[in-house]
Amino acid sequence: MTRITTSILLMTALAVSACSNADRFGSANGAGGAGGAYGANGSPSDPTSVAYFNQTIGDRVLFLVDQSTLSPDATVTLDGQANWMNQNTAYSATIEGHADEQGTREYNLALGARRANAVKEYLVSRGVSPNRLQTVTYGKERPIAICSEESCYAKNRRAVTVLAAGAGF
Amino acid sequence: MMLRLLTAILALVLGQAALPALAQNGPLRIVIDEGVIEPLPFAVPEFVAENAAAAEYAQNITRVIAADLEGTGLFREIPREAFLSTVTSFASPVQYADWKAINAQALITGAVSVDGSGRLSVKFRLYDVYSQAPLGDGLQFGGATGSWRRVAHKVADQVYSRITGEGGYFDSRVVFVAERGPKNERAKQLAIMDYDGANMQALTDANSIVIAPRFSPTGDRVLYTSYESGFPRIYLLDVASGQRRMLDDQPGTMTFAPRFAPDGRRVLFSLAQGGNTDLYELDLQSGRRSRLTDAPSIETAPSFSPDGSQIVFESDRSGTQQLYVMPANGGEPRRISFGQGRYGTPVWSPRGDYIAFTKQNQGRFHIGVMRTDGSEERLLTASFLDEGPTWAPNGRVIMFTRETAGAAGAPGLYTVDITGRNLRKVPYQGQGSDPSWSPLQP
Repeated sequence: MTRITTSILLMTALAVSACSNADRFGSANGAGGAGGAYGANGSPSDPTSVAYFNQTIGDRVLFLVDQSTLSPDATVTLDGQANWMNQNTAYSATIEGHADEQGTREYNLALGARRANAVKEYLVSRGVSPNRLQTVTYGKERPIAICSEESCYAKNRRAVTVLAAGAGF
Repeated sequence: MMLRLLTAILALVLGQAALPALAQNGPLRIVIDEGVIEPLPFAVPEFVAENAAAAEYAQNITRVIAADLEGTGLFREIPREAFLSTVTSFASPVQYADWKAINAQALITGAVSVDGSGRLSVKFRLYDVYSQAPLGDGLQFGGATGSWRRVAHKVADQVYSRITGEGGYFDSRVVFVAERGPKNERAKQLAIMDYDGANMQALTDANSIVIAPRFSPTGDRVLYTSYESGFPRIYLLDVASGQRRMLDDQPGTMTFAPRFAPDGRRVLFSLAQGGNTDLYELDLQSGRRSRLTDAPSIETAPSFSPDGSQIVFESDRSGTQQLYVMPANGGEPRRISFGQGRYGTPVWSPRGDYIAFTKQNQGRFHIGVMRTDGSEERLLTASFLDEGPTWAPNGRVIMFTRETAGAAGAPGLYTVDITGRNLRKVPYQGQGSDPSWSPLQP
């Protein structure tokens, strides 16, 4: 009986909590989820808006299984991101590296770090100051697609560039 | 005499001699030979309550002892309805013929009392029914009534040890990650429980992702990784007080995969910087950090040998994740995994004889063990996603995470013994992952 009570208490305490940061204009769930709401991020047709960056340019690039190499598609997206950041210097960005669930937890953290860094290095090579970029790995902790098939895995193997107000870190 | 024989048989089953050999060339096979031994039948009449206050404890303690022994897969409890004798006094002589008639090979008797200050006292005896003699001396354990489960586990550990010749593991705890919510919005928090899922308590709130807690060699502290700062960083938590501190906070770096050295004073961990992950060691007292590997590949999941002389870890320096062993004081790593597929999360057995690991091959995950030189690889499980082995204190049982597939996939904690038998779900009712098994409690 004691044990059941404890379980219930723990479950109650385990309320889902999204991480929130007031200065952050990225995805709604704070970890590379679907695009943000129109209101705060402006209109996707306004080229200076965060919504334009997230949706029209694209805030994310995808990777092959166990790879951190940027594909030709990815470099097109990242060229757009770099141009936007070079023109909108009041923003900095956190690049989140993610992996799909086909891997051990620790390895996926390391792999996510590689992916985020590949994006950071590319943006820097296109003129974005490294002081405006930071990286974080989520490994396989924050998938956006939840099926256990390649169609979902492909979406989860990603690096997401999350904008925030501020000129640097 | 007879029980000596039984002991020998069980020791064989638990030890290496009975482990099936694997072909060394060609694809590795999965060896799951469940049910190859006949569990040893035992009888445990309800412990005698020596006073009224002890009645409920006597009943509950007897049940926990039986559950511990049955849970190993090595013992089978004879139902009470089959008994020909009752035990009404701890001192009365054992009617061996009555127990032999129902094929009980081991008999456990005991008595419980609770004194005026609420202190519990449990004494027990173990008998070899066929040789009609006690196995070992009677023993008495005491404790606060609130710790009655621990007292029961201590009795069961004694019985297990005397019959198998192995150390016990029931009076132990597990720290793990309690999970809740769908895959894309998992809430995680550290929790601790008895090895059998009882007495669960949360150790952190669920506001940040937490990963892979690891007990200290004495079970009083826990290392883990948390996103509390917004980045993965390693923390040290004191179990009794709940106090915690971040261990490494270098801007531009991320730290994870911490694990204690056997001396409890140093911590191995991974540090990612500029996209590259290497192994480091941190001295907890001085805060001095030293780098153990310096390679462009991923080096992570380090684990010390129990004598502290060697470190096993995973690296993709060959192109895929494989296991390597290197001297703790520096030196060239030596690859030890050579089968098909990828190998990760190696953990050295507390006995020093095996390394447990996670293996990924052809879309399946396995928990496996190998000798510390990589020989005698044996896969113990197979599923959509098994990972993160942790050793029972006696080095003969492994707990791990099994996550089910699909949108509704959820993680649970399982145990399996090192022969691949007795796969069981830990009877904890929620979702859990990343277990770390404590040493036996003092």
